[in-house]
Amino acid sequence: MKITFDWLKNHLNTNLKEEKLLEQLTNIGLEVESFENLSEGLDFFKVAKIIKTEKHPNADRLKVCDVSVGEKEIKKVVCGANNARAGLITIYAPPEAIIPKTKTKLVVAKIRDVTSYGMLCSESELNLSDESEGIIELSSSKYEKNIGKSYFSKSNSNLIDLSITPNRPDCLGVRGIARDLAASGFGKLKNTNEKKIKSKLKQTLKVKINKENNQGCGAFGSCLITNVKNSESPKWLKDKLVSIGQKPISAIVDITNYVMLDINRPLHAYDADKIEKGIIVRNSKSGEKFTALDNKNYKLDSDMCVISDHKGVLGLGGIIGGIRSGTEFDTKNILLESAYFEPSSIRNTAKKLNLDTDAKFRFERGIDPSSIEEGLNKAALLIKEVCGGEISKIDIQKIKTYKTKTIKFDPNLLKKIAGYTISIKEMLKILKDLGFKSKKEKNYLKLTIPSWRPDINQEVDVVEELVRISGYDKIKIKEPIKDRTKSTLTKSQKLFHFLQRAIASKGYLETITWSFTDSNFNNYFRGANKEIKIINPISSELGVLRNSIFSNLIMYINKNLDRGFKDLSIFEIGPIFTGYNPGQQNTVISGLSVGKKYRSSWIDKERNVDIFDVKRDVVQTLVEAGYNSYEFFIDCETPNYYHPGKSGRLFLNKGKDQIAAYFGEIHPNILKSIDLKTESLVGFEIFIDNLILPTKTLNNQKIKFNVSDFQKSERDFAFIVNKDVKAQDLINAISSIDQNLISNINVFDVYEGENIPENQKSIAISVTIQSSEKTLNDSDLENINNLIIKTVENKTGAKIRS
Amino acid sequence: MSDLKKIKDEFLLKLKGKLNLSEINEIKSNLFGKNGLISSQFKRIGSIGERERKKFASDLNVIKDELQDLINLKINEIQNAEINEKLEKEKIDVTLPERVFTRGKIHPVSQTIDEISSIFSEIGFSVEEGPDVENEYNNFTALNTPENHPARDMHDTFYLDEKKERMLRTHTSPVQIRTMLKDKPPFKIIAPGRTYRSDSDQTHAPMFHQVEGLHIDKDINMGDLKGCLNYFIKEFFEVKKIKMRFRPSHFPFTEPSAEVDIGYEIKDGKIVIGEGDQWLEILGCGMVHPNVLKNVKVDPIKFQGYAFGIGIDRLAMLKYGINDLRAFFDCDYRWLNHFGFDPLDVPTNYRGLSR
Repeated sequence: MKITFDWLKNHLNTNLKEEKLLEQLTNIGLEVESFENLSEGLDFFKVAKIIKTEKHPNADRLKVCDVSVGEKEIKKVVCGANNARAGLITIYAPPEAIIPKTKTKLVVAKIRDVTSYGMLCSESELNLSDESEGIIELSSSKYEKNIGKSYFSKSNSNLIDLSITPNRPDCLGVRGIARDLAASGFGKLKNTNEKKIKSKLKQTLKVKINKENNQGCGAFGSCLITNVKNSESPKWLKDKLVSIGQKPISAIVDITNYVMLDINRPLHAYDADKIEKGIIVRNSKSGEKFTALDNKNYKLDSDMCVISDHKGVLGLGGIIGGIRSGTEFDTKNILLESAYFEPSSIRNTAKKLNLDTDAKFRFERGIDPSSIEEGLNKAALLIKEVCGGEISKIDIQKIKTYKTKTIKFDPNLLKKIAGYTISIKEMLKILKDLGFKSKKEKNYLKLTIPSWRPDINQEVDVVEELVRISGYDKIKIKEPIKDRTKSTLTKSQKLFHFLQRAIASKGYLETITWSFTDSNFNNYFRGANKEIKIINPISSELGVLRNSIFSNLIMYINKNLDRGFKDLSIFEIGPIFTGYNPGQQNTVISGLSVGKKYRSSWIDKERNVDIFDVKRDVVQTLVEAGYNSYEFFIDCETPNYYHPGKSGRLFLNKGKDQIAAYFGEIHPNILKSIDLKTESLVGFEIFIDNLILPTKTLNNQKIKFNVSDFQKSERDFAFIVNKDVKAQDLINAISSIDQNLISNINVFDVYEGENIPENQKSIAISVTIQSSEKTLNDSDLENINNLIIKTVENKTGAKIRS
Repeated sequence: MSDLKKIKDEFLLKLKGKLNLSEINEIKSNLFGKNGLISSQFKRIGSIGERERKKFASDLNVIKDELQDLINLKINEIQNAEINEKLEKEKIDVTLPERVFTRGKIHPVSQTIDEISSIFSEIGFSVEEGPDVENEYNNFTALNTPENHPARDMHDTFYLDEKKERMLRTHTSPVQIRTMLKDKPPFKIIAPGRTYRSDSDQTHAPMFHQVEGLHIDKDINMGDLKGCLNYFIKEFFEVKKIKMRFRPSHFPFTEPSAEVDIGYEIKDGKIVIGEGDQWLEILGCGMVHPNVLKNVKVDPIKFQGYAFGIGIDRLAMLKYGINDLRAFFDCDYRWLNHFGFDPLDVPTNYRGLSR
């Protein structure tokens, strides 16, 4: 909502300064969004007279004009307008002036070798109208004496742009804002001294509101104004509209706009001669068409509130009028409409047709239903004043009556909600200034709500008014109590935060990427999930919810490779989606690592990052989070976006209930498809929701401390096994023998090739044997050795290497 | 007698010469080996007459100690010389680069969430969560924003179905609804998380982070709200004094509603919070609307309280001097390294939020 201090002063007596005004507006909830001096630089534009014109020597359509601005010196101006002629009084803009329409600054310029000092302006260039044909022609009788003076009257008023919250339609009119300011002590609201139409003429055009289901119009007020002469608006009105950045059009349109902006009462003026027989307010029929004032054709659904005549649709009630019945400069007779439309009906229609107008914006928030007459009086009398004519009586058709709302308000509620209170006297003063009527009854106030406040429906709304106007700074700070009755984080939240930092501590940079992604990338990592589309995405590249974090990570890995980084590790912890419904999402921590370890190092041997790097990060992270790695079970069933031979699936235990993680190389086909150039790309995904929360807390895990000081001995074994036998199988076989004796198992070599039969490999394992009860003698050890060999051979088909 | 003296003199002379380790070991075995000269003399003790035996034994021990000490001394000297010689050769260039250590980093938004949780933890809030995909009821209707309410226009919503029943949540406020439907009052929670609006330019990202706050009890009023936020802002920006301004505003789910500005000034191109006469909007809040409480079956006569919503990304930008919101989600390796936090820097109350 744009206003000026000058306009406010039409409704407000105040001596306070503009600076204070801005502060006060914000303090009462009418937030000042911006503040701009529109008249700045306008004094450059001078009334000027063309003394003579000559044809431009190098251009047929240009003229060189001698222009007088009342000084001795004559300005030479090159001008292309047809109507530039000697004797014309027009508007001259000197170099340095900024043209309002284009916001460009004029400079002295050579136009086809003739120097032009400034320019002569069209109405459009000065934002006075859309007229761009020719330069402005001012009447010589009025302006002769003004030559050399500034064209625009000096206005010190700045443009104030307010952000009005949707609950305050009343402040979409200057008077509403003035009322709020006055209630808060910023000046005094002026009386309106509303003049009324005094007429004996009947409104002869019949208006009927059809009683239908969902009729969007509750009341339709109108009057006829006959024999008008539409014209340009008078200067005071033009200035007023220009002062808030609106373009004057014609007196009739400008006046209806002015009344809307002044008292938030949208009106519509029809050319009465173009209305066939009478007005019918009704629901539209599906497929009906009309051309609106924005020159667009609209095809209507059923049940939209239309204003029609016997020929068809004239306009969408409360949203936009139609071309067919629009007013023009030659309009003789007008029908002025002032109606009440239901907010929800307006909103439905505007949304379906994707239409946004000033009227729609106001009606959907709720127009004062009792302002119908005031609007007609004000506008009709103004039209008569400017355009002449005769006004008829006002006709109001109603199918609904507006009920005055009343609220029983307990004054103690202010203290209860706001923590402070003011005297009843102060309360009554504030409410009165805002337009409430109040009556004291026993323990409460009986309040009658002003008709322009659709937002006030219950006691707490009244509390807000009192706090808002008496000032939010009255609320006293109550220091919070430092007391905790519930733990801040749940176990799973703690796990989330732990894993996040555990992964970061392994050298991964944490990223945050969108929860949506490019469906092409998503498809690489979608697995068996279905695609979840966003109906209205920002762009087609962000069209689906991600089924995996990898799609985004790999995209950003690629971007960083493009930036010239070769070796990096990034991760993200966040949601992936499995369906359209709330809750169909899982929390995952995913990481990608690319390039080499120890690239160009003077000390360490360079190598590619590989699956065992990410496996270490996953296993170590889970161990740090409290899971026992001896119980982990790993197999190689992984989704198709992993390298089929170089990836693994990890379970927290052999029960294999839920997948804890995947890790491995990303499938080379994906790298090829997205043209990702690197030596190696490995990644992992840990499914946090699948991790069974440790039941033991750290303090009951740590109670038992058992170590053995008896001598331990280390024995090495080399087994020959088939290639498909896993190291894990051997380790499981050995650890199954005797938990009390086998204290550590370590694979220290894997070998294939010479001396080993084809399709077989040798796995060398070192086993640490230690008893907690005694020092083992040679024969004890020999027994265990044999048992290890026998068990491994039986369980895995291995042969001990001799 | 003379035998002993002879051995002593002979070997003292030998040990005075320049010897290497093996020569000394040879001397050692000549003297103290199984049949060494000194060892043989000890074997003789038994056969010596009782009168002389005592003196012989005593002299023999003296000589043995003297020779043995000298041999040990010599061995030590040689070993020291060898170590010194080795040390002389083993000088390396310690200015060569150390082994590479790859540091990971925590994203500033995650760090900020941890800071926020830590502050609210101190005054008794616990953390709640809700899903990113929400239904229309939780995101709007239950929050007193019925269909056709113009306030819905303020949220450019991403929808997942044509009927507009499923959407990406436009704020964290639906967690209020979920929490209150799930449990019984009192409630004292914060809910940080991802939020989405189909808005994308220099200062808006289609995804951003909010933290919701909700405190409902029997007598929680706007003074408590102001106190809570005042405490939070001071703690978060780690300043002693803060300039805070409550400004009336409108949210359908709170009444009265307020927006909160904090004072700042620009000093040497950097924002300084808590001083100066510029105002910066950082959050919206208010007393939970009775209609919302009714929707979640909480009696608004018995219970009341406040709610607030804070933009986390914005807070992180202010605190850590980050200018560009879009960069948060752009995963630039250099940016992540520069603005990221060491994983060991866990914000805590006792150690302070940040270093």
